[in-house]
Amino acid sequence: MATTSERVRNILAQHAKLSVNIASLSDDADLYGAGLSSFATVQLMLALEEEFNIEIPDRLLNRRSFESVSAIAGVIHSVSGIREAG
Amino acid sequence: MNAEPMLSPGSVARTIGQEVAAKYADSVDRESRFPKESIAAIKKERLLSLLIPKEFGGQGAPFFEAAEVCTALAQSCASTAMIYAMHQIKTSSLISHGQNSPWHRKFMQRISDEQLLLASATTEAGIGGDLRNSICAVETEGDQFALEKMATVISYGKYADAILVTARKNAEAPHSDQVMVAVTKDQYTLEQIGDWDTMGMRGTCSEGFKLICKGSAEQVFPKPFAEIAAQSMLASSHLLWTSVWYGIAGDAVARAQAFVRAEARKRPGSPPPGALRLAEATTLLQAVRSNIIAGLEHFALAQKSEDELMSLGFAVAMNNVKVNVSQAVVQIINHALLICGIHGYKNNTPFSVGRHLRDAHSAALMISNDRILGNTSNLLLVHKHDTSLMR
Repeated sequence: MATTSERVRNILAQHAKLSVNIASLSDDADLYGAGLSSFATVQLMLALEEEFNIEIPDRLLNRRSFESVSAIAGVIHSVSGIREAG
Repeated sequence: MNAEPMLSPGSVARTIGQEVAAKYADSVDRESRFPKESIAAIKKERLLSLLIPKEFGGQGAPFFEAAEVCTALAQSCASTAMIYAMHQIKTSSLISHGQNSPWHRKFMQRISDEQLLLASATTEAGIGGDLRNSICAVETEGDQFALEKMATVISYGKYADAILVTARKNAEAPHSDQVMVAVTKDQYTLEQIGDWDTMGMRGTCSEGFKLICKGSAEQVFPKPFAEIAAQSMLASSHLLWTSVWYGIAGDAVARAQAFVRAEARKRPGSPPPGALRLAEATTLLQAVRSNIIAGLEHFALAQKSEDELMSLGFAVAMNNVKVNVSQAVVQIINHALLICGIHGYKNNTPFSVGRHLRDAHSAALMISNDRILGNTSNLLLVHKHDTSLMR
């Protein structure tokens, strides 16, 4: 099964409209520096809610929550309780 | 001991408004010229450093004092008030994001000492009014930078002492990866590429320029512009602009009220025809005032938490204040016009509201309400409306 980070990367590839290939970015790379706009952030949130069947609470709807693959995975973990082994 | 009572910035501004700005407001409007007399008075009273912390020579006043100054000035000359608002939006960015940078700290001290007027170059030819995108880029070589921008609007560009410019971080950065850089008058040249002959707000002289500047790389703000925009510009622009518009509408209602009272005195016992409409206009004016005050309080609270400041809910709230007030003020001034009738329609009567109406029509356009509503509608796809009454 795909890890959260892999699933996040798939969503980013489809919805984030980055100016670089997501595969070239590390989990901690700054997505805003890679061209993530505030408009695309909202589309990204919607796609994440659909993919993980979660509702992201308002307190996590801020710029920092979506600044990197690992930040996004952290949001998903904290909302859904999903934890990966290892 | 100094026995002289301290005047609030709002009352200092009201005096400048009545004694200086009001005197020149018609000529500023007619000739579409910079309100140099009132800006000189503002500098003399040191109001340009109102928000700058005391350690950098400013007065360290809370943000709402600047909003009060905007409202007070707008009652006499909307262009003067809007110039003041735009300056304070820039100083808010400096205060929020420049304190960790030695160059910007010194710059704040200079603003206080020399009462420098700051302008803004955020719009650019080819990006359609979206300040969160840039085409031009900062080019850094060693510890120096160079930048050229086709700025379709730099309000009072010719009269400013420094300009805060947005640009891509470097030539390789995507359009949305922007920085802001402060440049002083000795570091830039302006070649005019657009004029400013408009319906209203004629004194802001918001002409277009080709801006060419260079300076030290440390003049680039250390934080990305996206954060500056979200954490200080969004709220400070919407709150100070709406404070200006409220001042314009407030003066129009004051004129309408003076008209109704004069009618009532002439014919005691029979209520003047405009009395009811005046009552209706004041309900709208009160709602505008409440909306701005709630916005100022929300901003003051949010400033204590970066997460709240960056939240979608805060952006939605600030957007809503702007859209609501910009629409209501035109409606309110229109009521004032109907109340004063031909005396309101004519220029140069004590009841004229033509300039008020023309100035207020800029409100829905400076950042188009349609663009703001588009942005809010996107945010509402994920942000949930708060149904409580009190926060």
